Formats: sequence, structure tokens, C-alpha cells
Amino acid sequence: MAHLSFFKHIASIGLVCALAGLIGCASNTVPPDALLMKEPTTEIRQRQARRYATTDEKQVIIAAAQLLQDLGFNVDNSEKDLGLLVVSKDRSAVDGGQVAGQIAVAVIFGVRVPVDKEQKIRASVVTSLSADHKAIDVRVTFQRIVWDDRGQLSKLERLDDPEMYQDFYIKLSKALFLEAQEVG
Amino acid sequence: MFANRFITFFLCMAFAPTAILCGCNSAPKVNEAEVSLKLRAIQTRSYDTTNTNNALRVAMATLQDLGFVIDNADADLGTVSATKLDSAATKMTITVRMRGKTQILVRANAQYRLLAVTDPIFYQQFFTAYSKSLFLEAHEVDPAAPGL
Repeated sequence: MAHLSFFKHIASIGLVCALAGLIGCASNTVPPDALLMKEPTTEIRQRQARRYATTDEKQVIIAAAQLLQDLGFNVDNSEKDLGLLVVSKDRSAVDGGQVAGQIAVAVIFGVRVPVDKEQKIRASVVTSLSADHKAIDVRVTFQRIVWDDRGQLSKLERLDDPEMYQDFYIKLSKALFLEAQEVG
Repeated sequence: MFANRFITFFLCMAFAPTAILCGCNSAPKVNEAEVSLKLRAIQTRSYDTTNTNNALRVAMATLQDLGFVIDNADADLGTVSATKLDSAATKMTITVRMRGKTQILVRANAQYRLLAVTDPIFYQQFFTAYSKSLFLEAHEVDPAAPGL
């Protein structure tokens, strides 16, 4: 009877350890769909890209750089021969609602939950000559990294708000004195 | 009986963190596998074109389609690097170089969090999207071929 009890203990410990080991492993695997396109490409492209009736790619890149400077971005990198501009800016990520929530949780439960503190917003602008060689296609993509008040990463995300892209292209059109056309 | 259960519970709690750490302890090492010819073949395709500038521009467009933001590019060296921020960071670098006088070699390598990506399906998915945008068929490369 004592032997049976002993084996039960060993089996239980073994099972828990195996499950714990699997949990440890699971966090180190690459999701199989990491490179799959999760929504129709044309939809994303329409949101992120516009076409301008000019063939002066350099002028478009310069206008985009000036606009992004107006928006507070710093240019990290550029490659004229490939039509690339990479920019970023660091800003506060403090959200009043989140801080109020933190205080409420602290009052009710007596624990302090971390809140977002800083964020880095990154963007890359890529220009290319259209297939008919009569226009320049511009595509901008934004993403952000957020750190909480403990210095830990709290968010890694692509920014998909359509208004942000619309606003960017309204301003770029004004800077170029050209009307933006949607890219299909 | 209660004491037995308590002992089991106590031992489980004592060993579980160790087991979790053991599971995690598969940190990437610079080993032979990472630089093997097999991996190089998984990450490389050849295309029947000599326009490296267009190949790099298409690589940037494909990466943007896949949700990446471009970090860096160099037309002279033929490199493009990009990062995708989802629930975790995936970094990719694409290099384009001439192979003989009629072909280019395109090589992609990726890292997910702190891990090198070695899964062939991951690269297949990238090259499927890339070939569609390039309007060219990808050729698999022989890892033993000279110049690869």
C-alpha cells in the first residue's frame, strides 16, 4: 500500500513537471502562421498607399521627410535608390483612463498594476514607380512599442487606424501640390 | 492521507519551476545547424532576372504586405531589413545578389523573439508572396552548387 502511494506521488510530480516543461517550450516556438497574410492585402494596401501623378521620386521622398519632421519624427535612415525613408519618435504613452484604473485597483485590491509610460512610434515610407511608369506610389506603415512605468515592454503593435493614414496623405498631397489617388 | 497529499503538492510546486526553466532553456546557440548548407538552401531562391534594384524594391513591398515596417535598406549592398511587431517581434533580412549573368539569388533570414527561424514553411510562405509580387517563378537552389 505504501509502495502504491509512493508511485502515485512520483506519477503526480512527473505529470506536473512534464506539463510545466511543455509550457516552457511553448513560449519558444515560432507560430506557424507568423508570415501568413491575415487580412486581404488589397485592403491594407488601399489604406496605406496612395498614387501621385509625378515621376520625380526624389521630390516625393523629400516632401514626405519634411512632413514627418513637421509631425515630430526624426529620420533614422533613408535610401534614395530604393525610395525608402525610416523615421521614429519617442513620446509619452500615459493615458488618463489607465492611470485612474490603476488608482481604483490599488484602492480596492491593494495592489499596484503597471500603466503605460513611454512609446516609440516608427514609420517607414516606401516609394516606387507605378507599373505604367507615369506615377509614384507611396506606401507608409506605422508601428509602436510601448513600455510601462516599470520599464517592461507592454505593447508591440502595428498601427492600423485609417484616419492616421488619411491624415498623412492629406498633408502629403498639400506638400506636393498634387492630388492623391487610391492604389488598388 | 492529508500529509501524503500535502507532500505531493509541495514536491510538485518545488519541481514545476525547474521544469519550466528546463523547457525555456533552449536558448539559440551558434551551432553548425544555423550555418549549414541545408538552412542556406531553405532560405534562398534564384530568379531569372538581373534587376537587383527591382528585386529589392519588391522585397520591401512584400514585407510591407506581410505587416513589416522597413528598418533599413542599402541598394549597393543589396540588403533590406524589417521588423514586424505583433504579439512579439519578428525581424527579417533579405539580401539580393547576382548569380552568374542571368540570375539573382535572394536570401531571407528571420528571427522570432530571440530565436533563429529555421522552419522551411516560414520561408516558403515568404517566397510565395515575394514571387507573386515579382511576377517571376522562384527556383530552389542546390545547396552544393558553387557560389551559393
